[in-house]
Amino acid sequence: MTPIAMDTGALVRGLYCILPEMVVIGTAILVLLADLLLPEEGKKRLCHLSVAGVAAAILSALWLGPGKIEGFSGMIVHDGMGLFFTLTILAAALLTLMMATGYSEWEGTQKGEFYALILLSTSGMLFMAEGTDLMTVFLGLETLSIPIYCLVGFHRGRMRSLEGAMKYFLLGAFSSGFFLYGIALMYAAAGTTRIPVIASMMRDARLYGNPVFLAGIGLLLVGFAFKVSLVPFHMWTPDAYEGAPTLVTAFMGAAVKAAAFAALLRVVLLTFPAILPAMSGVLWVLAALTMTVGNFSALLQNNMKRMLAYSSIAHAGYILVGLTAGGVAGGQAVLFYVLVYAFMNLGAFGVIMLVAQREDDGYDIDNFAGIGFRYPVLGGLLSLFLVSLAGIPPTAGFVGKFYLFGAAVRSGYVGLAVLGVLNSAVSVYYYLRPVVSMYMAPAPEGIPVPRPPRSAFSFALCASAAAVLLLGVMPASALEFAERSVLSLLM
Amino acid sequence: MEALFFILFGAIAVGGAVMVVTRRHPMVSALYLILTLFAVAALFVLRHAHFLAAIQVIIYAGAVVVLFIFVIMLINVPESRLPVERATIVRVAGVIAAGLLILESAVLARRFAMPKAPVSGVGTVEAVGRALFTDYLLAFEVTSVLLLAAVIGAIALSNKKL
Repeated sequence: MTPIAMDTGALVRGLYCILPEMVVIGTAILVLLADLLLPEEGKKRLCHLSVAGVAAAILSALWLGPGKIEGFSGMIVHDGMGLFFTLTILAAALLTLMMATGYSEWEGTQKGEFYALILLSTSGMLFMAEGTDLMTVFLGLETLSIPIYCLVGFHRGRMRSLEGAMKYFLLGAFSSGFFLYGIALMYAAAGTTRIPVIASMMRDARLYGNPVFLAGIGLLLVGFAFKVSLVPFHMWTPDAYEGAPTLVTAFMGAAVKAAAFAALLRVVLLTFPAILPAMSGVLWVLAALTMTVGNFSALLQNNMKRMLAYSSIAHAGYILVGLTAGGVAGGQAVLFYVLVYAFMNLGAFGVIMLVAQREDDGYDIDNFAGIGFRYPVLGGLLSLFLVSLAGIPPTAGFVGKFYLFGAAVRSGYVGLAVLGVLNSAVSVYYYLRPVVSMYMAPAPEGIPVPRPPRSAFSFALCASAAAVLLLGVMPASALEFAERSVLSLLM
Repeated sequence: MEALFFILFGAIAVGGAVMVVTRRHPMVSALYLILTLFAVAALFVLRHAHFLAAIQVIIYAGAVVVLFIFVIMLINVPESRLPVERATIVRVAGVIAAGLLILESAVLARRFAMPKAPVSGVGTVEAVGRALFTDYLLAFEVTSVLLLAAVIGAIALSNKKL
C-alpha cells in the first residue's frame, strides 16, 4: 500500500478558503464550552460571544477578498460570488444574533444550544454558498437544515412550534432524498459531481439530451424548490414560519433562502445555458405559479407571521424570475435582491417581535392597531420595511424588483415580467393593511405595551432600516459588486 | 461462474423482497428484509465494490433493520389483531407500475453507457479510503460538523428543563 502524498501547500490553501466557515464553527464550539462554565445569570454573555464570532467571520471574509481561491481539490471555491453570499449570510446571522440579545431574555432561549445551532446552521449555509461540488452543496444543505428543524421546534411546550417543526422535518428530509437522488443520477451520467466539470461537459454536448442526466437535474431542482419554497413545493412554509420562534422565522427567511439561492444560482448559471430550451419553460412555470399563489394566499391572512410566510414564497418567485432570465443581468439582479430581502425581512420580523407578545393571537394584524401614533419609531420602521417589501420607491425593494423584471424583459421574458409587476400590485394591498391598521384604526383597550428593545436590538433594527434606505437611494456600488461577482463566476 | 453467482444471489434478493411484502407478521417481514440486504451485499461483492458491500451489511442489515425490529417489538401487536391485506385494484396497479418502472430502468441502463465489466480497484476499501482522505477530505470534515449539529439539536430537544 503506497502512502498518500500530502500536499501541504494545497491543504493550507484549502484552509484559507474556508476561513470564515472555520471561525463560525469555532465560535459554536466555544459557545458550548462557555455554556458549561458560565453561571446562570451570566448566560447573556453567550449571545455577545456569538455576535463577536460572526463579526470576526465577516472580517475574515473581507480579508480574503474577492480573489479566487480553490480549495480541497475543487470541492469548494472562494470567489466573488462566494464572497457576496458569504457577506449576505453572515450579515443576516449577525443581525439575528443581535436581536437575540433581547429575544432570548423574553422567550427563555438564553441557552448555549440555541446559539450553537444558529452558528452551525450558518456554517452550513456558507459551505452551500461556496461549494463547487454537488457533494459539498448537499452536505452544506444538511448542515444548515438539521439545526433549523431543531430551532423551529425549540419551544417544545407549544403545539404550533412542534407542529411546524414536524412538518418541516418530514418534508425537508423527503426533499433531501430528491436532492440526493438527483445528484446520484447526474453522477451516473457524467461520472463526476464537480459543477464546473459537468458544465464543461455540457458545453461540448456530451451530456446534452442524456435522459439520465436530465432526470437527475430535474430531481435536483425539486430538492432546491422545497428549500426555497417554490409552489407547488411550499406546503410546509406557512406552518413552519408560524410555529417557529419569531427570531428563527426571521433567520429562516433571510439566511436560508440566501444560501439555497446561492447554490441554485451556481448550478443554473453554469450548467443551464446549454440546456436552456429544456429548462427555461420549467423555471417560467415555477416562477409564475410561485408569485401568484404566494401573493393571493397572503391576501387572506390575518396573522402577521403567516402573511410574511406567504410573502416569502412570493419573493422566492420574484427571485426565480431573475434566474429564468439568466446571464449576467439576471444573476446580478438575483444577488442584489437576495441581499435586500435579507434586510427587509429581518427588519420587519424584528419590529413584530417587539410588538407582539402573546404567542398565537399576539400576531394578529388587529394587535397592531393604533401603534403608529403612539409609538412613532416602531410604526415608522415597520411601515418602511413593509413598503420596501411591496417594492415602492425610494426603498431597496423597488430597485431590486426593477432589476429583476428588467433582466427578464431584456432576455425576452416580457410575459413573465408583466406577471411579476401585476403580482407586486396585488401585494401592495396586504403589505399596506398593517400600515393602515397602525395609523388609521383606533387602538383597542388593553393591548400590551411593546417591549423596550435592548441597545443591540435597536442597533440591528436601525442598521436594517439604514440598509433598506441606502440600497434604495444609492444602489450603484452594491449592484456593481453583484455584477463583478457574477462575472467572476462565468469567466 | 460469476453469472451463476449473480443469478443465485439475485434470486435470493428478489425472493426475499417478495416475502417481505407478502408475509403477514411484520417480524417475519423484517427478517426476510435482512436476507434481501445480505444478498444485495453479495451482488456488490461480485461487482468488486467491497466497501459498499461492507457498508450494506453494517448499516442496513446491522443498524437499520435492528431499529425496525426494536420498533416492532415495542409496539407488539398481537397476532390476532394484525390486519388482513387484500389485493385491491390499486395494489395490482401498483405492482404493474413497479414492473414498468423496473423495465424502464433496465432499458435506460442498457442504452446509456453503463460500464459492462466491473471496474476493479475502485470499490475496494483502500480505494474508497484514499478518495475520502484526498479528493473528498472536505466532505469528510463537513460531515463531522453535520453530526455535531445533529447531536446538539437532539440534546436541545430532549432536554427536560426548558
